Parts: sequence; C-alpha cells; structure tokens
Amino acid sequence: MTNVFPRTDRSLLATWWWTVDRVLLTGVLVLVFAGIVIVLAASPPVGALRHKDPHYFIVRHLVFTGPALCLLFVCSLLAPLGVLRAAKGLAAVGIALMVLAVLAGPEINGAHRWVRIGEVQLQPSEFVKPALCVLTAWLAATRPWPQAALASLALAGLVIGLLLLQPDLGMAAIVLATLGLQLFVAGLPWLLVLGLGGLAFAGALAAYELFPHVAARVDQFMAPPAEFTQIEKALRAVASGGLFGRGPGEGIVKFTLPDAHTDFVYAATAEEFGILACLLIAGLFAFLLVRGLWRAHQAVDRFCQIATVGLVCQLALQALVNMAVNLNLVPTKGMTLPFVSYGGSSMLALGIGMGWALALTRARARLERPA
Amino acid sequence: MSWSALDASLEPPDPALSRGRRRLVLVGVLFVALFAGLGLRLLHLAPEERTAEAAPEPAPVEPLRRRPDLLDRRGELLATDVPVPSLAVDPLQVGDPRRTAERLARIVGGIDPSVLERRLVKAKAAGRRFEWVAHRVSPAAERAVLEAGLPGIVLRTSEHRVYPKGHAAAHLLGFVDIDNRGLAGVEHALDHGRLSALRDAREIALSLDLRVQEALRDELGRAFREFRAIGACGLVLDVRTGELLGLVSLPDFDSNLGGGARPEQRKNRCTGGSYELGSLFKVLSHAAALDSGRVRVGQRFEIPPALRIGRHTIRDVHPARRPFTAAEIFSHSSNIGTAQMVFAAGGAEPLRAMLGRLGLFERAPLEILEIARPQVQKSWPDVVTATVSFGHGIAVSPLRFAEAVASLVGDGTLVRATLLKRPHDAAIEPGPRVASRRTVEDLRWMMWLTVADGTAKKAAVPGYLVGGKTGTADKPGRGGYRRGAVLASFVGVFPLDAPRYLVLAIVDEPKATAASGGTRYGGQVAAPVVGSVIARIGPLLGVPPSDPAVEARYKERWSAMRPTAAVATGGPRLAALDPRR
Repeated sequence: MTNVFPRTDRSLLATWWWTVDRVLLTGVLVLVFAGIVIVLAASPPVGALRHKDPHYFIVRHLVFTGPALCLLFVCSLLAPLGVLRAAKGLAAVGIALMVLAVLAGPEINGAHRWVRIGEVQLQPSEFVKPALCVLTAWLAATRPWPQAALASLALAGLVIGLLLLQPDLGMAAIVLATLGLQLFVAGLPWLLVLGLGGLAFAGALAAYELFPHVAARVDQFMAPPAEFTQIEKALRAVASGGLFGRGPGEGIVKFTLPDAHTDFVYAATAEEFGILACLLIAGLFAFLLVRGLWRAHQAVDRFCQIATVGLVCQLALQALVNMAVNLNLVPTKGMTLPFVSYGGSSMLALGIGMGWALALTRARARLERPA
Repeated sequence: MSWSALDASLEPPDPALSRGRRRLVLVGVLFVALFAGLGLRLLHLAPEERTAEAAPEPAPVEPLRRRPDLLDRRGELLATDVPVPSLAVDPLQVGDPRRTAERLARIVGGIDPSVLERRLVKAKAAGRRFEWVAHRVSPAAERAVLEAGLPGIVLRTSEHRVYPKGHAAAHLLGFVDIDNRGLAGVEHALDHGRLSALRDAREIALSLDLRVQEALRDELGRAFREFRAIGACGLVLDVRTGELLGLVSLPDFDSNLGGGARPEQRKNRCTGGSYELGSLFKVLSHAAALDSGRVRVGQRFEIPPALRIGRHTIRDVHPARRPFTAAEIFSHSSNIGTAQMVFAAGGAEPLRAMLGRLGLFERAPLEILEIARPQVQKSWPDVVTATVSFGHGIAVSPLRFAEAVASLVGDGTLVRATLLKRPHDAAIEPGPRVASRRTVEDLRWMMWLTVADGTAKKAAVPGYLVGGKTGTADKPGRGGYRRGAVLASFVGVFPLDAPRYLVLAIVDEPKATAASGGTRYGGQVAAPVVGSVIARIGPLLGVPPSDPAVEARYKERWSAMRPTAAVATGGPRLAALDPRR
C-alpha cells in the first residue's frame, strides 16, 4: 500500500501521497462511510413522509458524497498558499451570498439561510465557516498582535453579524468559539482570553433575552413540559436501542422523530446500532480532533498550526454540540452532525474544510512569506 | 530531507510557535474532557432510560389467548384463529390530530375523520395513551399506515376467528364477538360452558362429519325452500356412541358474520327449541306399552272413530275401518289406537316411567348451552296421558327426542348425544337399560313396517333396511291448536338389522305443494328428506347394505300377522273409554 509511488517520484500525486497525513485521511473516510450507512438506516421514514419516496434522502446523500470526496482530495493537494488563496476567494463569494440570502433568500423554517441558484439550494454560511478559519489563522500568523486580533475579530464580527441576521445562532456560536480557540493558540494574552470568555457568556445571555425562540428552548430544557418533545423522543430512541441497538432498519422511534436524518441522526443511530456504535462515532470525532491537534503540534509554520486548530476544532465543536443535544445535555440547537447528517451544502463544505486540514497538516507544510 | 525542512530545523525555534504548541495541549485536554463527558452520558443513558421506558405505556393488555382450532371428525378445518393487525394510536404522541385523523380515514376507510379527530383531541386532553382506531385492518392498510410515518401509531396483532366453511355448521360452531369471545354454540361453551376445560387445547375434534352435515343441510334446505317453511331442523346421530354427525337448523347464518344474523337465523331449533312433536312420540309411547308386558305387537284393538275422555274427544286423521293390531296402529299412526294401547298397558304410570328413564323430563346434557327445557304437565289425568301418548301436551327438543329413539332402537340402553369425537379406542360404556331386548326388536320391526307399508313409504332407500316414524303435529296457538299450521317430521333409523345412525328431519309450517301431493304430512314432506340423506350418507359412512335375510324375516312376520279382509269388522261408531276396563 505504501509503495504505490517510489520515493523518488516528485510528481504532484506522489508528493501528496508521501506527505499527507494518511491516518487523518483514513479517519475522515471511515466517518464518511459511517455517515452513508446511518443515513441509509435513519432517513427512509422521513423521506417517505416528506417526499413520498423512502430513498429520497439516501440518493441525495450519495450524490453529494461523491463531489465532497473529490473536493476533499483536490483541496488536500493544495499548498498552504493555495489554501489561503482559495479561502480568500471562498470567503469573498460566500459572504456576498450570505448578504444576498439575508436580503433576498427564501424563508425556510423562519430563517433566511439559503440562496437558490437554478435548481440548487446553497447555504453559503457553511462554506464561509472553514474559509474564516483559514483567514483568521493568516491574520494571526502574519500580523503583529493587536492588529491581528482586531482584524480577525472584525472579519469574524461581520460573519457573525450576518449569521445573527439570518438568524443562525448556533453557527454564530460555533464561529465565535472557533475564533476564540484560534486566537488562544495564536498567543492571545490570558487576560484577554478571560475577557473574551466573559464576552461570550454575555452574548449568550443577550441571546436569551433578545431571541424569543432561544429563550423558549432554554426554558424547555430547564423545565421539560409534560407533553412529548422532540428531545424526549430522541432519548426514548437512545433507550430503546440499548447497548447493541435494535438492528439496522428496526428502529421504531425514528418513525416519530421528524429530523431523524439530520439534527437527530445520532439518536436514530443509537436506536438502530446501539449505544456502543454511538460511542464509536463519538470516538471517531475525538480521534480526528486529537490527530488534527497532534499534527498542528508538529507544525513548523504558525499559519498552518492555527488554521489546522480552527478547522478540526470547528468540526469537533459542531459534532459535540449535536451529540450533546441528542443526549439532552444542552438545550435543543439545530446543528448537523458532520459527515453523518444529511445535508448537501454541509457535506461539500466539510469536504473543502477537511481537504484544507489535510493540506495544512502535510509534512513540512509552510506558508511562504510573500516576498 | 528537503532543504526547507533542514532550514526549519536549523532555525531557532519561534517562541510564538512554541507557545502555540503548549496552548494546543490545553485545547486538546479541554476537548478530550468534553468527549469523555459525552461518552459517560451515553453509558449512563442506556440502563436508566430503559427502566423508565418499561414503566409507562398504560395500554389495555388483552391476553393473546388463541382459541383452539375446531375440526370435524375427519380433520377438516371448521374454525381457526388468524392473526390480524388492529390499529390504535397513542394520542399523546399525535402532534396534529386533524392530519392524523384524515390520513387514517383515507387509508383505512369506514372512519369519519371529524369524529376520529374529536376523539383524539379529547383523549389527548385527558392524557390517555391508547385509543382504538380500527379493529382488524387489512395487511395492505397496515402497510400504508406504517408508510405514512404518522407519529403515535400503535399496531396490535389480535386473533381473528375464521370459519372457512361459512354456513356449514353455524349453529354447532356458533360465533365470536369482536374480541374473539364465544357468543354461541361450541365457541360459547369453550368460554363459559362444559367445554371450558378444552379452552387452551390446540385443536378440538368434533363429532361432526362435514360430508354428512353438507348432505343433511342440502336435503333439508331443499324441503325448506320447496315447502316454503318458516324453519327446519335435522340431525344425524350415531346410535351406538351418541356422536352427532350432523346438526342443521334453518334458516342459518354464516359463522363469520354471526353477530349480524337475525334472531330466527341464530335460533338452534334442534337443541334450543322445544316442540310438541306429535305422532313421532308414538315411538316412545309404543315402547312404553310393549315394555310393560301387557300389550303385544300382534294384539288387536278396536278403533272407534272417536274416543271420548271426560269432556275431550280424540279423533284420527284417517279413521280406521277395522280393528288394528298394535303394529298397524303404529304404522298407520292412529291416535285413538295408541291411547288405547297405553291405557291397556296401565295408563300414565308405565308411560311416565318410560319417558322418565329416557330423560325426557330433563334438559339434554349436550356440550353447548343452547338447550331448551322440556315442557311437561305437572299432573297426568287420563286426558294428558292420552295426548302425551301421541305427542301433544308435552314439548321437548328434537335432540332430546332423537336421543330417546336412539336409546330404544339401538340396544335398549340409554344413549347420550355428544358433540365431541370419541377416541377410536374408547370402549362404549352402555348406559342404564331403558327397554327390554324384545321391545327393541318389536320397535325396529314396527318402524320397518311404517316405511315398508305405512305412512313413510317415501323414506325407503334401496339396499338399506330403513325404519322410522312420521309425525304431523298441529302447532299450538292462542287458546288451542292452530288450523293448518303443522310440524311435519320423520325420524329414521338405518340399517335396521344393526342400527348405526338415526336421521331426524322436522319441517316447520310447510305449505302444501304438488310434490307433497297437496298435503303437509310428515310422510310427504320430511320422510323424503330422510330417505335422500340416508341414500347419500350411507355409502359415505361405509354402511354395508342390509342383510336380505333380515328383510325376509321382517316380511314373513308381517304376512303372518297381516289381517285378512274377513277379519275386518266395523267397530262401534263411538266408544266411551274406561281405563280400568
């Protein structure tokens, strides 16, 4: 397997093969495969209910998985400078589309998150998310301190502002948390770290006060109402599966779980494949995170280090929030489980993000300083 | 090693990069802690939530008690349970009662969506967790409901009783309600009667022979329609074992739709009705007279045109013009002659004793619960004794009567009817003796004579010695007997040389037609039914043709006793009866 290419081969592919982190790559591929199996099991009832076709979501998930894997591969071929350029371009286009979405996008479930291009619906914020990580890393690695922090905060503030306008509070929180972690690794003074933490807490309180749906969800979490909530069904699903699950396709609660293919796919997984399988999925995310951080630790370039931290932490944070919601550890927040939940934009953006993470964790990767 | 990497390793370590590495470890520790917390929550959820899951769900738990399959004596399936889904909802889980009600109504059919919606809303408000929607839905509907993916659907499998033969043995089998509880016949007896000990058997073999049942239902039904009767009943009884091979009551119903049958369809006339059987009863009164030892078969009796007892007068339909022997009184069915015979034998006492030995004053102890109580007079003055002797003033169920006849012509020991198949190896335990062997032999011969040269010539079947007795009973009405409403009946036994089976047919209120020669007599209406049934079931049941020697003996006995024209004399026109004469 490892001698596909001779060591002396200097071609693009051969260099890639010898420098890319194959452990991280394998982890991502395993996760993508697990996602296919789980969507296969969890989505038919929802598909049949919403689109009269049990295979509706399965087919689309598979259709998006192909291009996402291609993007993953192509992005992982890039040199760090290429990653930076691609991120700049993607951020510019993405932010423009986000503005368009807020101004003219269709309203779906009370939010303006989408732009429609012909037959295709895109959620531009998904693509801005990884691009922002790379740009933050670039600013933090190449600018002196106050300037770097202020510039990245300004950029992130713009994105967060647009997210709040949609509104998409969950993603705004993820973006903010990722930014905080990146700045922390970049060397933000402890005092500022604590200040930023306080600011985030204040922001959360403000969200509770400002957005009625946030307040409702938090209240619901604190004092569960008697009637059946989505989250109670999710817990029933987890309990119904037990350690080993009911078996693929044997789930019962999934029939009554409206988002069994997206936000509550983890609970559906628990019902059919068991809690042990859920532990494996969580373990896979933890593994990707630790491996990514380890590669960042080995990095010889600050840009690569900070960008990698951002990309893998973003993935891990999103996964953690989703799983925690499914297990009723935090208030309900619509968020997908990376690579596992059904979702086209999310899938493609994850392909790009993890592709970049692979590109930036390649051996001896460094951003050549512009002359 | 490439040059750039070499450069990197030679460079002094960038302090910012080193600080980044230290802080990376902190980030890693933070995330690992978060993931560990998540893992703990997962492990914690499994057992705890499982017990909570097991606790609630207060749904009505109906025990899935399968009913036994009912088979005929040859293993033919008569009734079985089929698991069928039933549809209910958990109202608390229903998010949108209107949508749920509309979708279910469209899929299942026969449901008013607005009514269902109101029920769901009410049940939801009351916090109920279970509400029936439809019992017994089709597999296609079950599938459609599942595919609709509605929240809160509950599908329960319950047993659904199916009677593959429909009408064939409706009164014997009975039927069940929507919850598979027996409401009639054997089904009822399984739940509440003498068969409850068999409730958990896998299958029960009944005494019924489906082929016999079909033949009986077929022939009886023909007479029922042809004579535009209001009802009819018939049964086939194994004279030796008491097993009921067939039991038909018309009009009947489809056991699968039992609950929807009209009362007159549901009535089991064979067991659940008691009738004044008229001349059929002469089998019993003649047996009583002969068994007393005071009357002989060849004894001659003067037959006056009318018999006065107190202020009552008894007449014959066909007045005799000469003295009759006891055998002729039987074969020509003379009421006056029978009364005289009974009085000659000792009056009420021997008759009551015989009927008592035969159990006619009690209900028949058949396994099913639809058994009529006999209606008997409390005191027996002479007029009651006389009327009972020809089957009036006493009403019994046809089944009870058939048991009595089977006891008398079998071997003189009591026969008890049963609906259960006797095991092959079970020895037949003879009941208490009810009549002497000589009485049995005389009775068989008189029944032969009735078919050979009496009122029941239409019951004759080539190859078998058939004996029987006809009956044409006036039906009681308000303040007396109704004019023109009769019960036409025939009880037949074959083969007479070694009786195996008794066939009884009763047609209620036949209308005279050309086929019956413009009459409604039992010999015209019911005897042909029994003849046809015997002709059909004799070979089916493997009954060998009768021994010609026996018939020759019977004929010889008849010719020895046959009155010559010279003997015939005109009796007195009217005679006053003195029982103590």
